[in-house]
Amino acid sequence: MSTTTDVNVPSPTPPDAPRVSLGQRLQGLGGNARQYGIFGALVVIVLLFQVLTDGKLLLANNLAALFQQNAYVMILAIGMVMVIVAGHIDLSVGSVVAFVGGIVAVTMRDPIGLPWTTAVLVGLAVGALVGAWQGFWVAYVGIPAFIVTLAGMLVFRGLALVVVGETLAGLPPAFIRIAKGYLPSELLGYVGNMDALTLLIGAITVGAIVLTQVRARRALRRHDLHVEAAGLFLAKIAMIAVGIGVLTVILSFSAGGTPIVLVIVGVLVVVYSFLMGRTVFGRHIYAIGGNRQAAALSGVSTRKVDFWIFVNIGFLAGVAAVVTTARAGAAIAAAGQGYELDAIAACFIGGAAVTGGIGRISGAIIGALIMGVLNMGLSIMSVDPSWQMAIKGMVLLLAVAFDLLNKRRAGTQ
Amino acid sequence: MDTEHILEMRGITKTFPGVKALADVTLAVRRGEIHAICGENGAGKSTLMKVLSGIYPHGAYAGDVVLDGEVQEFRGIRDSERRGIVIIHQELALSPYLSIAENIFLGNERAERGVVDWNRTNAEAARLLDRVGLAERPDTRVSDIGVGKQQLVEIAKALSKEVRLLILDEPTAALNDEDSAHLLGLIRGLREEGITSIIISHKLNEIEAIADTTTILRDGRTIESLDMHGDETVSEERIIRGMVGRPLDHRFPEHTPAIGEEVLRIEDWTVHHPIDQARKVVDGASLTVRRGEIVGLAGLMGAGRTELAMSVFGRSYGTRISGRLYKDGHEVTATTVQEAISHGIAYATEDRKRFGLNLIDTVQHNISAASLGTLARGGVVDREEETKVAERYRTELNIRTPSVRALVGKLSGGNQQKVVLAKWLHADPDVLILDEPTRGIDVGAKYEIYTIINRLAEAGKGVVVISSELPELIGVCDRIYTLSQGRVTGEVARADATQEHLMHFMTMDKDGIAR
Repeated sequence: MSTTTDVNVPSPTPPDAPRVSLGQRLQGLGGNARQYGIFGALVVIVLLFQVLTDGKLLLANNLAALFQQNAYVMILAIGMVMVIVAGHIDLSVGSVVAFVGGIVAVTMRDPIGLPWTTAVLVGLAVGALVGAWQGFWVAYVGIPAFIVTLAGMLVFRGLALVVVGETLAGLPPAFIRIAKGYLPSELLGYVGNMDALTLLIGAITVGAIVLTQVRARRALRRHDLHVEAAGLFLAKIAMIAVGIGVLTVILSFSAGGTPIVLVIVGVLVVVYSFLMGRTVFGRHIYAIGGNRQAAALSGVSTRKVDFWIFVNIGFLAGVAAVVTTARAGAAIAAAGQGYELDAIAACFIGGAAVTGGIGRISGAIIGALIMGVLNMGLSIMSVDPSWQMAIKGMVLLLAVAFDLLNKRRAGTQ
Repeated sequence: MDTEHILEMRGITKTFPGVKALADVTLAVRRGEIHAICGENGAGKSTLMKVLSGIYPHGAYAGDVVLDGEVQEFRGIRDSERRGIVIIHQELALSPYLSIAENIFLGNERAERGVVDWNRTNAEAARLLDRVGLAERPDTRVSDIGVGKQQLVEIAKALSKEVRLLILDEPTAALNDEDSAHLLGLIRGLREEGITSIIISHKLNEIEAIADTTTILRDGRTIESLDMHGDETVSEERIIRGMVGRPLDHRFPEHTPAIGEEVLRIEDWTVHHPIDQARKVVDGASLTVRRGEIVGLAGLMGAGRTELAMSVFGRSYGTRISGRLYKDGHEVTATTVQEAISHGIAYATEDRKRFGLNLIDTVQHNISAASLGTLARGGVVDREEETKVAERYRTELNIRTPSVRALVGKLSGGNQQKVVLAKWLHADPDVLILDEPTRGIDVGAKYEIYTIINRLAEAGKGVVVISSELPELIGVCDRIYTLSQGRVTGEVARADATQEHLMHFMTMDKDGIAR
């Protein structure tokens, strides 16, 4: 990208300040260039389908449905991206979703008949236990995660059949609300036809994002680290604010306002982004994925970390099971088939590296949204489901190929 | 046609970015002799053999490779093999799960129209095994036989290619005495059959016993070629003088030792090889390190220096480790890296890319990797503090990077090494073991690293330096231990340290008998 010339151009920067090439500038974005790229791709795909569907994609109720239909992918992708960053894979989450869904349904139906809240907690605990089981084999016995979770895929599908039979319907309405319900609009009423609570949440979200971005920028400044140009920064903030603003307004016109699952996903994204970006545990995950031996020789307990990321994805599979079961209104033994592949695809579209060490929660969420928008857009256009599958496969392949070519080009310069 | 010399290499020069690995090297090998090549690590022996075998193709070097009087232009290893040159590398290149016969004919299969003729394969393999004196069935899996026998399979493979010039790189480094003796006997036998051998070895007693001519390389130059059967008998001391006889060509910063209490002591430390568990890699080693002292560990390749250091550092190498470890006079155990670090022991690896750094992460994150706990509160990393720390080391150690948020993989070797050092400096250990701290970095950066080492000692830490460069050890260390075949064979104070003296201990056999 940068060219060297023999012409003696007076340096615009003071002589002792290091010269910053474009590549370094992109690094100065915090290694975020790839994230912007994937975000841009999402925007392009949304606009594309908005045109192709004559504006139906972003109708209020469709937008709400987009989150409700794809919440499970986003929840699983959060756990999956952590597993992938550490250099593993989890093929079992789909089966775990069915198994835990069965457990939740059984515990809240007669004869056990626990309150639905308790049943949900039991489900989450069982999910974490399943994760601990698989984590034990991966971390302490040393069996590759591919094998352990392939086995888990079979084991927990089988157990799901045992627990559920075929279908367990007749679940309490309060439980079903988790997936199909909305935050209560009565709380704040309406502004015109818009749900006031949704608008408030949207405003808070925008405010929080602007605040954290500004603070991060200040911290960089304080240490004389390279920050993006003020114009670029403002443009970025403005784009985010407008984007979320538009989505909020659309959503506030929908039948129910803010879907409950959107809140669940939102909380998970915030918590896990913090965990991955700011905590010692998160840092250890990246260290292990980047160079396992170097991490071990730096005193990172690689086994412990491996174990806990599997406990964690088991827990998140439990959350996804609750959402999926509530959405179906029943536990189904065949539920969750192919979910593992959806989650893995979301991670790789979102920029995670197959070799580990690279990947972000936000990327995985955007990857999941890209898949979700494709699904919804193609469905609105009444594209045959078989073709939908083929198209999604090509998108995955092209996203990773594009990433690889980009990296290769960067490497040769 | 030159009938006396099978091979002449004339004026070979090979440069890598920033380094001249070979400068005008000349080598003349007579037909049917055993020709030894000696030199310190990094003298250019392996590079020269890579030029000869076509791994560095024609055009990638300057000078001529002349075989049977004709200038050769090898484009790859296949070209050189077609002319009868076969190289056997130190790390054996056998496929462990294939049989002996399959390995012998790998890439050179006994086949008819793509279909392997197994009868012919096994019959010919049996004949070759007989020739090298290996009593194993041809269908035995290679992973089921020991290293010594694997070496013989390599030679059988070479013979199957109708080798005329056989190159062996450190062939006995991993072998026990018996296997070594058999191998050397075999090479002599091949000489009777008219096969010329070039043998690279650190074991001077073996060279003295087997070689007809010895060529010595030093700093990428030919120093001399010695006729081993000439009027003047060539002793090991004579070879050593040739290998090390350079004046100290780098400068070392001044260092006045202020030596305090003992900080680390190892007694009767024995480590077995992780796979070949019967083999002792470190054998009853004992040593001490005091505060403010810089202690060197000298030894040839395979002497067990890295293995000793890593096994002390939380048993990160080896199995069946025994011995006692004392820290500040108290016996301690350190069975994990975390424990070792908590006892104030740190180890900076010789292979920074494989074991030292996360190349796809930033400078800042690599510096904090071994001490994240001290930079965090309630499990949450204080990123501002972390940045401050990284910036401090960037200034103190003069790490040249556009930003502490730049990727470590983009830095030069010397700066990467400084990041490794910064990581361990921030962990604030009492004893810091530095394994080949200046490997692969330029002279200027070396000086900076030496300065850092001195500063550490002045701050009252015990520093252990492992290095293959003897002048470096002599220039930097207060006291030097020599290792040979897993044993501590000598301890030399700085005042008495000469390269000849050290090399004498380093080449001692394991019974401690100097030859």
